[in-house]
Amino acid sequence: MADTINYAELKKGGFMKQKQKGFGSLRLAVVGGNLTASQIKTVSEVAEKYGKGYVHMTSRQGIEIPFINVNQLAEVKAALAAGGVKTGVCGPRVRTVTACQGSEICPSGCIDTYTLAKELDERYFGRELPHKFKFGVTGCQNNCLKAEENDVGIKGGMEIAYKESACIGCGVCIKACRTDALSIADGKIVLDESKCNNCARCVKSCPTDAWEGTPGYIVSFGGTFGNFVYKGEELVPIIKDKETLFRVTDAAIEYFEENAKPSERFRKTLERLGDEGLKKKVRAAYAGQ
Amino acid sequence: MAEIDIKYDDFVDITDKVCPLTFVKAKVAIDELEDGEVLAVKMNDGEPVQNVPRSFKEDGHQILKLYDNEDGTYTLLVRKVEE
Ligand code: SF4
Ligand code: SF4
Ligand code: SF4
Repeated sequence: MADTINYAELKKGGFMKQKQKGFGSLRLAVVGGNLTASQIKTVSEVAEKYGKGYVHMTSRQGIEIPFINVNQLAEVKAALAAGGVKTGVCGPRVRTVTACQGSEICPSGCIDTYTLAKELDERYFGRELPHKFKFGVTGCQNNCLKAEENDVGIKGGMEIAYKESACIGCGVCIKACRTDALSIADGKIVLDESKCNNCARCVKSCPTDAWEGTPGYIVSFGGTFGNFVYKGEELVPIIKDKETLFRVTDAAIEYFEENAKPSERFRKTLERLGDEGLKKKVRAAYAGQ
Repeated sequence: MAEIDIKYDDFVDITDKVCPLTFVKAKVAIDELEDGEVLAVKMNDGEPVQNVPRSFKEDGHQILKLYDNEDGTYTLLVRKVEE
């Protein structure tokens, strides 16, 4: 019966109570914003048969099927599972990992965002925490996926090195750079590292590949974009390997788990305690400890 | 004003176009050239000069030099490379 239903339990399985009694909107698991054509077909069939024939796209690349009768939930989940579609989660746990198309598709991309989103999803998805916890992965400084609005945001970038012998002094990189980090002196390019944001536009535009780029991850912590808005902060330098990256993300989640009060969002914990503790922990993880 | 010291075969001015037509006009011009010929493209500062050279590179052409005309415009010299 609708009024004896444990909605907190249902939320875990991505079922969100609607205004209309006995109905809920069922959230599906979408990793990195991709679904196969056949998964979409399954979603479409389920929405036709059990919902009202439409889906709702969420702001975090998710899909929800509204108007699912709570009494048919098990049946609906079975129909979705048969078509390879899993349900999402709501509530105090790690949410959908979002991603832009990244370097496999987008010419501007510095990192393979989709692969990373899948890896993060496998590592953390659904993990119970004091409050919801969001990861977002974006391929470059263009930030299509808005990394810093997440509890942990990951952005692709490149560490750059100049190979003077390959440079023909064409001047293209100086104009491609949006932070005025490059200038020319005696036919050679001079980099002002304090201005460089690792965007790799110089690498991507140099006709002779005189800029060598090493891809890396720029990580931000404690972002949120709801009732309360805060831009996540970078607390460690650009990370160049996944092992270090996961050590750092593990450290951030552990810090949250150990220090947050129940129902307290990551940013609120950092405001209550100050960010020194987190800084220390993620910097130690960065350094390999 | 920087003097253009590279010989070119055709010239196109895209300072009157707005994105995305800037690159479209430049692309049409280079498509009409023979392999190895050089195109001079005059463009505005800002987005065009930030992005047009890279778009030529992504299409496989060879960029030779970017000249600052010191009047808010730039001229890019690019050699056509047939795919
Ligand atoms: S963030 Fe960068 S890599 Fe990702 S879609 Fe946008 S431009 Fe492409
Ligand atoms: S990486 Fe980006 S910011 Fe740094 S020098 Fe190159 S273009 Fe400029
Ligand atoms: S774009 Fe490449 S070749 Fe041209 S000036 Fe810059 S580093 Fe040198």
